[in-house]
Amino acid sequence: MTDRITLVIDGKTVSAVAGEMLLWVALDNDIYIPHLCGSRDDQEKPASCRLCFVEVDGRPLPVTACTLPVSEGLVVRTGGERVDALVATGFELLMSNHRLDCKNCPANGDCALQQIAKTRKLKLKPKKLPVLERDLTVDDSVPGILFDPNKCVLCGHCIKACLRDGNGILGFTRRGFERVISTFGDLPLAESECSGCGSCAAVCPVGAWSAHLHAEAF
Amino acid sequence: MAENNQPAAVYAALKEQAEQNRNRLFEKPLILIGAATCGRAAGALKLTQAVKDELSRLQLEANVVEVGCMGHCYAEPVMVIYNEGFPPLAYGNVNDEVGVRIIRDYLVDGDPGFEFALVALEPNDFFPTFSDFPRGVHENKIVLSQCGFIDPQNIDHYLALGGYSALVKALGAEPDAIIAAVKDAGLRGRGGAGFPTGVKWEICRRAQGSPKYLICNADEGDPGAFMDRTILESTPHALLEGMIIAGLAVGAEKGYIYIRAEYPLAVERISLAIRQAEEKGLLGANILGAGFNFAIEVFQGSGAFVCGEETALIASIEGRAGIPANKPPFPADAGLWGKPTIINNVKTFAYVPHIINNGADWFRSIGTGTNPGTAIFALAGKIESTGLVEVPMSTTLNELIFEAGGGIAGGKQFKAVQIGGPSGGCLPESALATPIDFDSLVGAGAMMGSGGMVVLDEDDCMVEIARYFLDFTRKESCGKCTFCRLGTKQMLDILERITKGRGEPEDIDLLMELAAKVKEGSLCNLGKTAPNPVLSTIKHFRGEYEAHIKEKRCPSLMCKDLIAYYILPDKCERSCDACVGSCPAEAIFSNEDRIKVIDQEKCVKCDSCKVACPPQYAAITKLSPPSEVAAREQREGAK
Repeated sequence: MTDRITLVIDGKTVSAVAGEMLLWVALDNDIYIPHLCGSRDDQEKPASCRLCFVEVDGRPLPVTACTLPVSEGLVVRTGGERVDALVATGFELLMSNHRLDCKNCPANGDCALQQIAKTRKLKLKPKKLPVLERDLTVDDSVPGILFDPNKCVLCGHCIKACLRDGNGILGFTRRGFERVISTFGDLPLAESECSGCGSCAAVCPVGAWSAHLHAEAF
Repeated sequence: MAENNQPAAVYAALKEQAEQNRNRLFEKPLILIGAATCGRAAGALKLTQAVKDELSRLQLEANVVEVGCMGHCYAEPVMVIYNEGFPPLAYGNVNDEVGVRIIRDYLVDGDPGFEFALVALEPNDFFPTFSDFPRGVHENKIVLSQCGFIDPQNIDHYLALGGYSALVKALGAEPDAIIAAVKDAGLRGRGGAGFPTGVKWEICRRAQGSPKYLICNADEGDPGAFMDRTILESTPHALLEGMIIAGLAVGAEKGYIYIRAEYPLAVERISLAIRQAEEKGLLGANILGAGFNFAIEVFQGSGAFVCGEETALIASIEGRAGIPANKPPFPADAGLWGKPTIINNVKTFAYVPHIINNGADWFRSIGTGTNPGTAIFALAGKIESTGLVEVPMSTTLNELIFEAGGGIAGGKQFKAVQIGGPSGGCLPESALATPIDFDSLVGAGAMMGSGGMVVLDEDDCMVEIARYFLDFTRKESCGKCTFCRLGTKQMLDILERITKGRGEPEDIDLLMELAAKVKEGSLCNLGKTAPNPVLSTIKHFRGEYEAHIKEKRCPSLMCKDLIAYYILPDKCERSCDACVGSCPAEAIFSNEDRIKVIDQEKCVKCDSCKVACPPQYAAITKLSPPSEVAAREQREGAK
């Protein structure tokens, strides 16, 4: 028995299964909310990218859509002065730590960051904040896979994909500004148990992981 | 009925035995030495050894007991002597020489050495007691009442003074009645947030899921805070008793004490207390024969500040990385291993036995209606009498700092008080009338936090203070969420820029905007509160920010890049060259008049010369901005 309820998102009345997270309900109804880290089947919601903020009637503060279970009569706005400003700052913070090289990026045209910038009319290049370059080593040790941690937004999709399809060799390491995705012991992919399945590249929303052809292959 | 009487009967026997054991101590002169971490840092262990050696040299019979801390950390090491003929006396700043002398004079010659005494512990005709001093007048010790006076390593001391009697009372009561008592008392969580403890317990009691767990959060990590450590080291059984009662109330049979590994003495003493309570049947299976089982395990945290956040703490116990998770679910519904879990601070649990024994009305008679009870603060920084104080809620900051704390050290000018650690804020002089309670402090722009209070004087630069705290949160951020990971880094970069004289006029607005968004957007309370030191210093000390940015000047002469050292020619004593010898950079030379001059190119601003210059000359000063040096040299004729 699943209870269906109705709620209002941006003035549009939609029907959904009670308890489903608002983010997925909105996306199913062609209402876009910026997001990077969540997946529908998350056991524990990461709620870490902090971009899916919405305004909810009766709630004084913006709420992340990925953690908000829908219920009957819920009234939500995906935009608004407060939420827009919050998302704009969150996005600018992310972009201040993302090596911007769209022209040469394999994700160009199919990038979640470009999509967010376009739909929210935000600049990809940070306006107020200086860029925080980390100059991390690019890993191209496994044929067919390239990982550029300088582009990584730490959404964690590759970790989940690797657990599902590969050997589960990836995880978050270090903390704070130094947090990165890496293998155990920071080994290059080729020295880890990487199966080379490429699922990481398939799920990466920003082109940090990409399918890559080695020069020798030509 | 027979079953109901059993705990009381078992307890009565335990207590009687404990009283006998404790009373035996007083048959000889009794010497207590404050040997908590603070006392040990000041030399308490050396003192203990010296006292013992002297006693054996003089062939004197006396009992020497290492106790915890009575809160007067400024006077460590503290020694207390109970001896016939005089009231028990506490002595302060007792180094081993003084200690040996007091022993000799008092125990051999009958001279109690009033000149070394701090305070008498009982009313008498010879010497003032705590209540004769402003600190004692303001203090109302509940949780700290036995700290420094009982042996934390001997359960008999706690038992003899009525310890564990609240447990007996609770064992005879319905769990709902215990929760009602805590609710009626209006006890609010002392970890900082001030959530009503009874309400939390009720949610957990009603929550589906079994077993339930109890966690004591002893991951005290704020710089300058040491309340929980002192309780663990000085009266560990008060915490255990509070936890057992809480376990009874919510229906948990297992409790954890999550304590940071940087507190080795606290770990040692609480672990010993657990073993002793188990041996007496006060902890473990079938407590006091009442059929209730409760076990407590110590879990040592590995030093991550963020593990004080409850979801990160739970993850850490479960063996995962200590990284906060989204709430809800709250731990009271789904916490450790997904089961209903109560997490309370050390102090919160330690109040519970007192509330059960004395009733909700008693607790409410202290403090205010919405903030009953006392507040425990660790006074640190530029204050005369550092240490722990326990005052009723609603005591003002003014009373706490200038009366209980004895005012600003060294006759300097008060500038601000930083309350609540890296999550708190700095309050200026104009806020000193603020009463101390959860709501007033938040209203004033700070927060209660867990009780750290750092007093700042005229020599402290508020931009540097903000930078210091943000540097702390930046390093302690787990890095999971965008706002905290990158927001604290960007804010820190701006603050560093300002303290180095590279600030831009728009930096203040940018800082405020980032701060507001990091507060609003962060996942957990580390990020949500990290901007507070920045926001409160800008709010109250904007002028200092502007001086750094516009004039490249540090008004407090603290920011190294914005100051220069200068030797006042008319104060410099020609025949002295203390500064020259102290300078590691060989930056000081004598001019033709034998006046010392600093070569600014070579100076590394280490402060050594200022320290070395004899106080009767006090010829070395700091100037800001550094360009002032040239102007002064021109004017004062030094070359």
